[in-house]
Amino acid sequence: MDSKFEHIQSAHCENGVVVKLLKSRGITQINEPMAFGIGSGLFYIHIPFLQLNNAPALSFRTMPGRIFKQTCNFLDIDYSTRRFRRPEKAAAYLDSLLEKGVAVGCQVGVFNLSYLPVEYRFHFNAHNIIVFGKEEGSYLISDTTMEASTRLDEAELLKARYARGLYAPKGHLYYIKGSGDLAIGEDELRRAVLKGIKRNVRDMLYIPGNIAGVKGIKYTGNKIRKWRDELGLRKAGRYLGHIVRMQEEIGTGGGGFRFLYAAFLQQAAELFDNEQLVRASEEFSHAGDLWRGSAVKMAGVFKGRATEQSDFNEISELFYEISDLEKGAFRRLSKIVKGYV
Amino acid sequence: MKLEELPQERSALNGYTRELCYGKDEEGKFRPGLSSGWEVKAAALDLAWDDVNERIEEAAELVKRGKKSPLYYLMIKNLMDSSILSSYTGLWRIRVKRHFKPSVYKRLSDRVLARYAEAFNMSVEEIRGMEL
Repeated sequence: MDSKFEHIQSAHCENGVVVKLLKSRGITQINEPMAFGIGSGLFYIHIPFLQLNNAPALSFRTMPGRIFKQTCNFLDIDYSTRRFRRPEKAAAYLDSLLEKGVAVGCQVGVFNLSYLPVEYRFHFNAHNIIVFGKEEGSYLISDTTMEASTRLDEAELLKARYARGLYAPKGHLYYIKGSGDLAIGEDELRRAVLKGIKRNVRDMLYIPGNIAGVKGIKYTGNKIRKWRDELGLRKAGRYLGHIVRMQEEIGTGGGGFRFLYAAFLQQAAELFDNEQLVRASEEFSHAGDLWRGSAVKMAGVFKGRATEQSDFNEISELFYEISDLEKGAFRRLSKIVKGYV
Repeated sequence: MKLEELPQERSALNGYTRELCYGKDEEGKFRPGLSSGWEVKAAALDLAWDDVNERIEEAAELVKRGKKSPLYYLMIKNLMDSSILSSYTGLWRIRVKRHFKPSVYKRLSDRVLARYAEAFNMSVEEIRGMEL
C-alpha cells in the first residue's frame, strides 16, 4: 500500500484525521499535538440547560470540525467541506473523490460502527474517520483512535454518515483540494503556531459569560459543591461519572486534552527556542495531572468510598485550582504571542 | 504524567484496541504511549451502563404492565430519546410520543411501523411479534 495511506494512531480522532490528510499531501511536520495546537483545540464549556445521556453537557475541547478548518486556514491550505441532503449523492461524491486518489475525512456517528465495542456505541455523532480507498464494494477506513485500519461496507458507512441526533453529520465530508505534494516552510509553521495560540487564548480567557473558558471550570466547581444536597448522592455520583468520561475517555489523550496541549507547547518552545513556552507547557502538564487527580476523587464518590460533603468540596476546590492555573498559563501565552507580533 | 505511569488496567476496549495517551519520557519530553485502560474511567463507563440497563428494565416493566407500547421499550433499548427517534423516523416528536400509548400503537399501519423498524434495525414483523 502507498506509504501515504499508512495507518496512524492518534489520541483524538479529529487531530488524527488532520495529520493524515496533510501527510497524504506530503506535509509531514504536523504531528498530532501540532494539529491540536494550531487548530486551537483546547477548550472548556459547561452548558447548563442541555443534557447529554441524562447528564450535564460539558466539553474539554472545541467544536467538532474546527480543528481541521483552523489548521488549514492558519497554514493557508485550500480545503473543501460538504454536506448532502441526499445520502445517494453523499455516497457518489465520496466515491468520485476516492477514484481520484483523494483521502477524505468523514464525520460519523458511532452508534452503528461495528468495529467498536458495544460499550462505546452511544449516539455520539462527532466522530471522525478517514476513508482512503474502496475495494470490492467495501471502504478502506482509518479510524485513528484505533491501533489498526479497518473496513466498512457501503450500507454501514452510509448509515454512520447519516446518524441522527445532536451534531448529525448529514454526510459531512472534507478534504484538501487539488493534487500533488504541498510544502510548508518554517516561517509559515511559526506563524500558524502563533495564530493557534492566540486564538486559544481568546477562547479560554475572553469568551463572554461564565460557563465557558477558564471561568467555566469554576462554574462547574460551584455546581459540584451543591450537587450532593440538590440531587442526592446517587444522581450526583452519576453526574460526576459523566464528567470523568468526558475528561478521560478515549480521544482525550488523558487529563482532558491538557497533556496534548502541553506536548504542543513543548514543540512550540523548540520551534521558537523560547523558555517561557517551556514554562507554559509545564503549567498545562501540571493542569493535566490535577484533572486526573480530580477524576480519582470523583471516582471515590461514585464508587461509594468518599461520599461526604467534604469530598464534594475538595473536588470543587480542585476545579478552582485548575481554573486559576490555566488562567495564569494562558495569560503567559498571551504575553509571549504579543512579543512576536 | 510520566509515560511509564500510563495506566495499563481494564477497559471495554480490551481486545479491540489500546488507546494513545501523552506522557513524559525520562528526559521530560512528551511522547505518545499506549494504555490498555484505566480503572477510574472503566468504572465511570460501567456506571453509565448500569444506568442504561436500569432504564431498559423499567421500560420493559412498563410495557408488560400495559402502560407503554413496545416502541417505547425499543427506543430506550437503542439508547435513544424521543428527539433522536423522531429524527430517525422522520415523524414529529409529538406523534412519536403518542405512539408510546398502547392503544394508539395497536392501530398503527405497517407503513408507519416500517419507519420504526428501520430506525431500530429490525423488521415490522419482529416488532409486532415482540415479547418481553
